[in-house]
Amino acid sequence: MKWMSLICSMMLFLSGGMVTHASEEAPSHQTEDEGQVDVAELVFGHIGDSYGWHITTWKGKHVTIPLPCIVHSSTGWHCFMSSELEHGGVYEGLFLAENGKIMEIMPDGSIRRPFDISITKNVASLIFSAILLVVIILSTARWYRKHDAVKEGSPKGFRGLMEMLVMMVTDDLIKPSIGEKNYRKYTPYLLTVFFFIFLSNLLGIVPFFPGGANVTGNIAVTMVLALFTFFMVNLFANKHYWKEILWPDAPIFLKFPLPIMQIIEIFGMFSKPFSLMVRLFANILAGHAMILGLVAVIFVTAKMGPVISGSMTAITMVFGVFMDCLELLVAFIQAYVFTMLSSVFIGMSRPEEDHA
Amino acid sequence: MDLMMPDSGLLFWMTIIFAIVFFILAKFGFPIITSMVEKRNKRIADSLEAARIAEEALSGLKQEQEKILAQTRTEQARILKEAADERDIMISKAQEEARAEARKILDDARRQIKDEKDAALKEIRNEMADMSLAIAEKVLRKELSTDEEQRKYADRLVDEL
Repeated sequence: MKWMSLICSMMLFLSGGMVTHASEEAPSHQTEDEGQVDVAELVFGHIGDSYGWHITTWKGKHVTIPLPCIVHSSTGWHCFMSSELEHGGVYEGLFLAENGKIMEIMPDGSIRRPFDISITKNVASLIFSAILLVVIILSTARWYRKHDAVKEGSPKGFRGLMEMLVMMVTDDLIKPSIGEKNYRKYTPYLLTVFFFIFLSNLLGIVPFFPGGANVTGNIAVTMVLALFTFFMVNLFANKHYWKEILWPDAPIFLKFPLPIMQIIEIFGMFSKPFSLMVRLFANILAGHAMILGLVAVIFVTAKMGPVISGSMTAITMVFGVFMDCLELLVAFIQAYVFTMLSSVFIGMSRPEEDHA
Repeated sequence: MDLMMPDSGLLFWMTIIFAIVFFILAKFGFPIITSMVEKRNKRIADSLEAARIAEEALSGLKQEQEKILAQTRTEQARILKEAADERDIMISKAQEEARAEARKILDDARRQIKDEKDAALKEIRNEMADMSLAIAEKVLRKELSTDEEQRKYADRLVDEL
């Protein structure tokens, strides 16, 4: 109970912080754009990626954590801090282009995109949530190592919550979807996916420093997750699955000489992870964009006189709190749905057990 | 459209980070938690099953107990009845014996009394005979004090023969 109330108050604090954060943020755009609020830049600046981690702007000065840039250009590997490129700085022929990416000026004056594996804001956030996840799960696992759970019962407090979540995902999602017989092999992967997405989603809602990055709303991240599921489905599939794809139970003229069924099945093979990728990406991106858009309303209306500005601020606050609560729900639902569909796809790749 | 294009650097890092996280958690994290919880659940299920069996055994035992109790009760009643019968028989036998003994004692007493009486009568008779003889002797001696008289008497006796 103590933990629950603590978490709840933290959530409230965080959702309040979102608004505070944005109000600190916006004046920077205001000063830059001579009093005009560029809503598109505000929103897309937040949901996009960047080389430094912009925390806040204090009295017209940007407070940004510089992150390492790792770039392979025509002159070889370069490793430097993102602060080198601030304010139009050029580092060994590399500079920050208009679209926010590092570009290289070739000796002949043309511009080229180098191979770029910089630790960007999203990567830093990924590392942070990965470390947090590992710490949380290993500390929970440590309890089970040190204690005899058979005799002592379930752990108390936060670890009990983790156990509840782990067993909920295992018993309610994985077991029914894959089947009693071989769900065990896939449990670690699916649990990792669930907690990775859930934690990243929650951190994305946190408006200030270690959170706030749009990790799971980035298509590269969801693409990797979907690819992992794709490989999990196809690498361990049994021969019934491949027979269903290559020679399905259908009238012969649908399979030979024109392999219509095969084409549809193979297309389905790829459309499943694609839907996973887009669903997670679009949901989280939309949530972030909605909240940021709502917050931007405060600054757009700031010029329209105290009455409109004040009333709009109040309305926006109410909607903002509502949206943040909704995002909390979405953070869980999307992690749940991704895990559930992954396990359903895995279950479909081992069809014989279902019929047996 | 920039949002829809996966960034190569992010793809690279995401793959590495997720693979490492997956490896660590799959090796040291989740299997420990799930296996322990499963073990515990199994133990709970086993305990429940054991409790059910014990309860069943207990109810069986209770029935058995009641059966034994009922059996004991009938046995007890039977034994009590037998004992009562035995007692009655013993009492009646004892009474009979006592009666027989009493009769015997009475008979003996009676016979003894009779014997004593006969003996006493006989003695009295003997005594009376002796006394009569003595009296007769004394009478005779007085009557036959003279010779003549003795002779007369002897004659009479001869005549009488």
